[in-house]
Amino acid sequence: MDALTLARWQFAITTVYHFFFVPITLGLSIAVAIMQTAYYRTGNETYKKMTKFWGKLFLINFAIGVVTGIVQEFQFGMNWSQYARFMGDIFGAPLAVEALLAFFMESTFLGIWIFGWDKISKKFHLASIWLVAIGSNLSAIWILAANSFMQQPVGYAIRNGRAEMTDFFAILTNGHLWVQFPHVFFGAVATAGFLILSVSAYQLFKKGKHEVFTKSFKFGAVYALLGTLLVILVGHNQAQYMIKIQPMKMAAAEALWETENPAAMSLFTFGDEKNRKDVFAIKVPGLLSFLAYNRFDGEVKGIKNLQKEAEEKFGPGDYVPPVAVSYWTFRIMVGAGFLMLLIALLSVIQAFKSKYEFKPIWYKIVFWSMTLPWIANTTGWIFTEIARQPWTVFGLFKTADSVSNTVSTGEVAISLVAYTLIYAILMFIMIGLMMKYAKRNVDEIEKEEKEVDNSILSKA
Amino acid sequence: MDLNIIWFILIAVLFIGFFFLEGFDYGVGILLPFLGKEDRERRAIINSIGTFWDGNEVWMLTAGGAMFAAFPNWYATLFSGFYLALVVMLLALIARGVAFEYRSKKDDPVWRNRWDWVIFFGSFIPALLWGVAISNIIRGVPIDDKMNFTGNFFTLLNPYSLIGGIASLLLFTLHGAIFLSLKLTDNLLEGARRYAKKLWLPATIVLFVYVILGYFETDMFSKLGVNPGVIPIFAGLAILSVWYFLKIQREGWAFVMTGITIAFSTITIFMGLFPRVMVSSTNPDWSLTIYNASSSPYTLKVMTIIAVIFVPIVLAYQAWTYWVFRKRVSTKQKLEY
Repeated sequence: MDALTLARWQFAITTVYHFFFVPITLGLSIAVAIMQTAYYRTGNETYKKMTKFWGKLFLINFAIGVVTGIVQEFQFGMNWSQYARFMGDIFGAPLAVEALLAFFMESTFLGIWIFGWDKISKKFHLASIWLVAIGSNLSAIWILAANSFMQQPVGYAIRNGRAEMTDFFAILTNGHLWVQFPHVFFGAVATAGFLILSVSAYQLFKKGKHEVFTKSFKFGAVYALLGTLLVILVGHNQAQYMIKIQPMKMAAAEALWETENPAAMSLFTFGDEKNRKDVFAIKVPGLLSFLAYNRFDGEVKGIKNLQKEAEEKFGPGDYVPPVAVSYWTFRIMVGAGFLMLLIALLSVIQAFKSKYEFKPIWYKIVFWSMTLPWIANTTGWIFTEIARQPWTVFGLFKTADSVSNTVSTGEVAISLVAYTLIYAILMFIMIGLMMKYAKRNVDEIEKEEKEVDNSILSKA
Repeated sequence: MDLNIIWFILIAVLFIGFFFLEGFDYGVGILLPFLGKEDRERRAIINSIGTFWDGNEVWMLTAGGAMFAAFPNWYATLFSGFYLALVVMLLALIARGVAFEYRSKKDDPVWRNRWDWVIFFGSFIPALLWGVAISNIIRGVPIDDKMNFTGNFFTLLNPYSLIGGIASLLLFTLHGAIFLSLKLTDNLLEGARRYAKKLWLPATIVLFVYVILGYFETDMFSKLGVNPGVIPIFAGLAILSVWYFLKIQREGWAFVMTGITIAFSTITIFMGLFPRVMVSSTNPDWSLTIYNASSSPYTLKVMTIIAVIFVPIVLAYQAWTYWVFRKRVSTKQKLEY
């Protein structure tokens, strides 16, 4: 394998891994902030216990999200220095702003939140968790502004052999950003919702009814349903937008070889990627046109036509992304999304009937449902990045030209192995710790804390 | 003054902030397993930076982001050129950040002891490597006419940069010991004072050796002249005065003085660099400068506006955090980490 392939694997592994934690940070910070607001308003101890219980899980997750983010910021220079040179004038700005506006805010106020219980006023303590939530989600906007430029370059000119920014405002108002950010945001809400739902179900099923977890279950169910419903709706918008700006991505997602009008949607395709044709396919006529334009006719361009168009525009080359990966990741994402919708809906019904007994099979379904958002998040990102290939910046700069020209294959191999190893170890440790804290008896948390303190004070 | 110069200064400021703040965090992490004999003591030591370390580390991220935004070629050459060294540093920072959060989340002494050593190495390695990196930038590394680094990992390991690494390591550890003597109580306070006194002499000697080597290894002093001006001299006087303040137990002043040493040394290096951002040892004309490595005037303008608005806000709320959590940490109080 060459340095380019290894660098791509490294970027994929580190980014996918980083994004295991990011959605929980985005979604759970808001959830914890809402719980603490309820506590602040009502003074009800149950809400305080909820805040502390979910707050701990949030922190265990947050730590890894932060440290894996450092690799992300450094990686553009370390492994993609040619990209950094070509794109730095535009791409560096949102990253710097992200650090200045968002990272400082979330990390500083998270410190205040952790250490501020009973030390600062309740009002200010509450404000600090909201600032963490706002900071985290602001950082998502900035990083997605950078990613959106890669999907749909705007506000730039090619000068001095590189892309130079001509309109900062255009980068912030990039249409792609404002279909992508809601999708990521509601996906994060759903991810956090399902985590709360699963762990609450575990506590209710294994340890019996407890107000902290009946309330949490209800909250998680509503949060998950809201997130899932909206992520699907805005996802639909995003797909329609994608057909306009990156038709090749949609064609790859559908394994649509020929241009069709009306276009059929594939339910299952087993294709021959090399010869660009179907071996076996089940299709629903007209459905793809409907998804694209909200009506049952309308042309959707196929891969072969788009390849020809790209050749005319950019010169000879292969402009078709890996179709099988695009097709299946897209389907897994959508499939997981609809499963989530169903489970969230049933959970909401259960919660509003105040029925907290679980049949074992239903418990298992709810418990394992927490893996679905992760599957959807991961396949979603793999899809959107893979189906943009061969480009890093769509239509502007290719992945093969982006890689660092001074970093050897051996060096990338070392870092790839090292990152993967440390990430695997951390994953193992994190899951262990998460399980420990998810299984805790919520009534004993405060008692334990007090006992520890008393024993220390009596010794003193 | 053009925007390129402003951004050069701003990045210098970010590095000063980073070395000043994260410097004592590294020092605290390095001293942790030695100063803290039992679990409660170690927890108190970690809690003394618990509220701050994450916010302090963002100074580094912001410096990196600002380099990317304002001088993309600097960012590209430096980060791809110093590849393996940065990989090692990142691994250290990853493990260290998780260690702070996870260490006290299990009651198991083996678990806790392991994380304490992760904190030690996670602080030791970057404290050393930053000195190595900065020394190489000013000493010069092989860079060709296309701004590509043409050396390898071992190019970075030369006597000058290694002395620079030891200097930053000792200076940060001293800075951390003095910080701890401001934040701890009882036995730990005494211990921190002892470590500060022990560290002062080696830190000062290595720092002066580093300065002397700088005369031979870099063009910094030929640029600044035989009389280098007040800033480097103040950096030297500040570190000398630390001994006096430690002796009369005025740790607040000692801390200000190590802070001045860190800040003024960083300024001296940036002054020596200016207007270059990376020195090419292959051909002086191929050095990266604030002009050939920079972003477009438009991007610099946009970034300047954002920085002017937000840097003061960040400074204000970070300073405020230090004020809110100014109380000393004792082993007898409730500890979060």
